[in-house]
Amino acid sequence: MARNVTTQRKIVNTVLAWGIGLLIFFPILWTILTSFKSEATAIADPPVFLFFDWTLDNYRVVQERSDYMRFLWNSVIIAGGSTLLGIIVAVPAAWSMAFVPSARTKDILLWMLSTKMLPAVGVLYPIYLIFIKMGLLDSRVGLTVVLMLINLPIIIWMLYTYFREIPGEILEAARMDGASLKEEILYVLTPMAVPGIASTVLLNIILAWNEAFWTLNLTAAKAAPLTAFIASYSSPEGLFYAKLSAASTMAIAPILILGWFSQKQLVRGLTFGAVK
Amino acid sequence: MGQITLQQVTKNFGDVQVIPPLDLTIEDGEFTVFVGPSGCGKSTLLRLIAGLEDITSGTILIDGADATAISPAKRGLAMVFQSYALYPHMSVRKNIAFPMRMAGVDKAEQDRRIEQAATALNLTDYLDRRPGQLSGGQRQRVAIGRAIVREPAAFLFDEPLSNLDAALRVGMRLEISELHKRLETTMVYVTHDQVEAMTMADKIVVLRAGNIEQVGSPLDLYRTPRNVFVAGFIGSPKMNLIEGPEAARHDAHTIGVRPEHIDVVETDGQWQGRVGVAEHLGSDTFFHVHDTGLAEMLTVRVAGEVNLRHGDTIHLNPRADQIHRFDDKGLRIQ
Repeated sequence: MARNVTTQRKIVNTVLAWGIGLLIFFPILWTILTSFKSEATAIADPPVFLFFDWTLDNYRVVQERSDYMRFLWNSVIIAGGSTLLGIIVAVPAAWSMAFVPSARTKDILLWMLSTKMLPAVGVLYPIYLIFIKMGLLDSRVGLTVVLMLINLPIIIWMLYTYFREIPGEILEAARMDGASLKEEILYVLTPMAVPGIASTVLLNIILAWNEAFWTLNLTAAKAAPLTAFIASYSSPEGLFYAKLSAASTMAIAPILILGWFSQKQLVRGLTFGAVK
Repeated sequence: MGQITLQQVTKNFGDVQVIPPLDLTIEDGEFTVFVGPSGCGKSTLLRLIAGLEDITSGTILIDGADATAISPAKRGLAMVFQSYALYPHMSVRKNIAFPMRMAGVDKAEQDRRIEQAATALNLTDYLDRRPGQLSGGQRQRVAIGRAIVREPAAFLFDEPLSNLDAALRVGMRLEISELHKRLETTMVYVTHDQVEAMTMADKIVVLRAGNIEQVGSPLDLYRTPRNVFVAGFIGSPKMNLIEGPEAARHDAHTIGVRPEHIDVVETDGQWQGRVGVAEHLGSDTFFHVHDTGLAEMLTVRVAGEVNLRHGDTIHLNPRADQIHRFDDKGLRIQ
């Protein structure tokens, strides 16, 4: 009896999970499908799902009109650079909060997180002015720094959570064994935290890759990443759904592939500490 | 060399003083055990010596040189932790090599010392394993190996055996004692287990609430405890402490008699009571005696088998020369 109930539940859960999964994935699937349609089919009513004349025209046109590789390269530099910078700043910060906490550590952590609660547009004006004054507008350096700062609270929080799981006695043992602070972090803490650091890096790359507010507002042409590439196919040129979809597909493809191959790391990273 | 001297050392955590001013000298080559109930400050004291905690005031001298402001790495001490604290991402060999790598010992010398330590600790077959693949006892031996190869001025042990099961604990206790005999290096050992203290120590430091209650050899402490606390803490089973008229008869506020210093007689004992639980160990028998009118319960230890059972009346004679007398402040009356 009990076994039957379990099997039944398993089936219901599986169907439900797949259903929700497909529902979430559907817009992406639709975008990918649309990118292979002609503009006319793309706006057909009722919409066609699979049975249409598949075409690569949109990709050809998009590639002719704008230089995909330049946008891609900007995205790689900005997402990768901001993540690398963020990790360099966050590892020592998370180390100090996890292993030598003061009475105010919790407050500082909360305060850092609270900066994420502010709508980004609230600081657009000051940052824009700073960028003009410093000549950073439409530069990869400027965007890298801004995205690093935007995501820093999340990086520090994630690393802090991982570091907290590492027993302090092991670091003390390293200290007794003659390791300097640098050696302790380099040879003992970091290798032990590699899984945590890896999922933090992954998540941050994804966040930085998809970030659209700052990248759209602070770039024009030179430093524009893929988010700007997508945006350039929206409204002003009219309803080019198929081309917009092609551009979107090209923009999300790299991160989709990265996410697919690092699923295990990501899931572990996002559920870390939840089950123990 | 490895003489450690604490002069007027104190430690506060916030407003709480966990170590009031304390003086202590640990002689070179001595096996010193800090013992006391949990929260008595024994681990804190060890961590102050190690340098893992900063002292609030006072001075720590290692071989006569002021080490108060020196980092743990530079004090030349090695520590073995309760949780072993091995580096999980390194093989046993790399774990043991780590302190030498930090000190810049050359590769050939590293290998020589690793071989030597591995042989002494029965770890030769495990050098390429990770700590996660070892048993508790083996992990503890790796931790000791990592400490040995540093050739430290002194070893610090922080309750190293409390994560092991009882049988292993006895074995490791012997191994550590033998190690001390062989190396003749100063060892400071923290435990809450007075059996470990009694069996291993040259010198025991009994601590309570950060205060040193008594310092002495195991037998000093057993024979002449300075106060009621030490009397009750050292010895197993615990000393019987009796107050009231019986104590007054001996001109004392409290008298103490160890379970092994009470004889069971057939009739007309000085004291008598009713047997509660009788524990027959074969070599010894422990009686928990109630209704004596002296204390809630007396423990009596008799060699061999004595056939008394639950509810039987038991006659007892304390050995007059083995009665410890304490005044109303709990201090020993000579």
